[in-house]
Amino acid sequence: MAKYLIFRLLDAIPTVFLVLLLVFIAMRILPGDPAIAALGDMATTEQLNMFRERMGLNDPLWWQFVTFVKGALTLDFGTSMMNNKTVISLIAYNLPYTIELTFVAMLMGTCAGVPLGVWAATHRNKWPDATVRGLSLIGYAIPDFYLGALLLITFALNLGWFPINGGGEGFTDRLYHVFLPALTLAFVKAAFVGRLTRTSLLEVLGKDYIRTARAKGARENRVIYRHGLRNALLPLTTGMGLSLLATLSGSVAIELVFNRPGIGKLLIGAIAERDYPVIQGGIVVFAMFVVLINLLMDLLYIAVDPRIRMQ
Amino acid sequence: MMTDAAGTPVVAPEPGRLKAVKEVLLGKPGSIFGCAIIVVFVLVAVLAPVLAPYDPITQSMARINKPPSWQNWLGTDQFGRDVLSRIIYGSRNSLLFGLISPLFAAIFGTTLGVTAGYFGGIIDRVVSRIIDLLLAFPELLLAIMIAAVLGGGFWNIIIVITVAFIPGFARVARAQTLSVKQEPYVEAAIAVGVRTPVIIFRHIVPNIMAPVIVLMMLWVASAIRLEASLSFLGIGTQPPNPSWGNIIRDGLNNLFGSPWPIIAAGTGITLVVLAFNLVGDAVRDALDPTTAEQD
Repeated sequence: MAKYLIFRLLDAIPTVFLVLLLVFIAMRILPGDPAIAALGDMATTEQLNMFRERMGLNDPLWWQFVTFVKGALTLDFGTSMMNNKTVISLIAYNLPYTIELTFVAMLMGTCAGVPLGVWAATHRNKWPDATVRGLSLIGYAIPDFYLGALLLITFALNLGWFPINGGGEGFTDRLYHVFLPALTLAFVKAAFVGRLTRTSLLEVLGKDYIRTARAKGARENRVIYRHGLRNALLPLTTGMGLSLLATLSGSVAIELVFNRPGIGKLLIGAIAERDYPVIQGGIVVFAMFVVLINLLMDLLYIAVDPRIRMQ
Repeated sequence: MMTDAAGTPVVAPEPGRLKAVKEVLLGKPGSIFGCAIIVVFVLVAVLAPVLAPYDPITQSMARINKPPSWQNWLGTDQFGRDVLSRIIYGSRNSLLFGLISPLFAAIFGTTLGVTAGYFGGIIDRVVSRIIDLLLAFPELLLAIMIAAVLGGGFWNIIIVITVAFIPGFARVARAQTLSVKQEPYVEAAIAVGVRTPVIIFRHIVPNIMAPVIVLMMLWVASAIRLEASLSFLGIGTQPPNPSWGNIIRDGLNNLFGSPWPIIAAGTGITLVVLAFNLVGDAVRDALDPTTAEQD
């Protein structure tokens, strides 16, 4: 167990390095001069040179990479070209809003999805099953930003129950502001979790130990929840990592729809302004999220499934 | 999967094939519905210049934010453009990116996967490591990260979606190549000294195409969604060129004006993605019964 833990932690180091390398390659070697991209076609050679000097683009490539990795590891991404704030302070301001949105959406989506999946599995081929299947088909098809726009128009604009934009101040106000955006992402999440729970539970309910449990006279609720669901949740834990990241990527568009602060909105705004250091910082933050969440999911998987510890 | 017990490729008799395709596509109410939507969608995209009542880009200060009427069935937007015409022309972008990007991704991803799987060794280790890493990223996040660097525009969108899909194809192609490589006919070919390119193109590639094609079909829907998301974020199709994604973006900036562009474009994306999902699932279930829904 400890050996696996250490191995998994050490394995994350080359991954981080590789991610940084890919981001670096994408930012420096892909076609397009970042100086021209940032300053526009009308910039003079002098301006371009000044920009390259300031961004360190005149240094040799390997040195640029070293500086880039050093910057990423010490959380120093330079300063924004728009407002002279450090990129890290912009990230520090926006990150909590994104985490809050993703977390609340995951919570709502899972809390709705698991019971829906159980409901569908225990009423297989009856109307609850069909309803859940229909909902999940729509959840897979509807773009989250469209659903968000519909909720915004209905509940914020027309009914006035929720604020139209912003992130809110203080605990209650923030929850109030996060509700609709989180609900949007939670719908898509519930569709995914519901479908997964149904399939997984149906598979488990066909196992021998379920028959044994029924044969020894256990009550149906105990069979479903104690023997069935507990084992059915295992594949759900693995699915959860990618699904958490999917929610995170969905948050980018949702922050735009509801005009909420967040890393996605920061990144998209920076792209529109061609604010090179902020774009770089935003991308690295997302990339690190992916590495971190994958690591956490692996560790969680060990905690949930004792069989893995033995290997 | 496409081989019988003796390991020889199973070739379906030709006349039966068309019937099988018909059975798969028109077998369930879901896939019939999906096929119908796809046919309408393709017709609308192809016939856009004939069907659209107005030019999708021409602005008119006199007709701003009109509600639906006989002149403009879906009303007009904040620039006085006819929403219906923009939706009709927008379908072209969805269709184009939906078909081209998965195709490109299939070509590059399969090349990568087959190379890694066939040659093994250090190539395989490097390629596999990068594929595994990229697979950890959801496609949308990967696409946003690449588009952040590249910016919008036709070819950039193609590149972004293609790159986002390559790891998936590469993984499938690699796994398939590894298993096909073990087959007696490949070993025989190697033993008699057939040249490597011939082995790859004559013996390996044709035998791994089935899962690659299924994946391609399943990802048409994802590609359409991705293009819409990127255009919504402003890093896809650039205005004034209409795309269902940027119609919703424009609509959000004009919330108090008219909700119709948002509703129409959003419904369009949802229906088309739903249709391709339904048909894709039907095809996958037909080719690989183990994944079929147990019902």
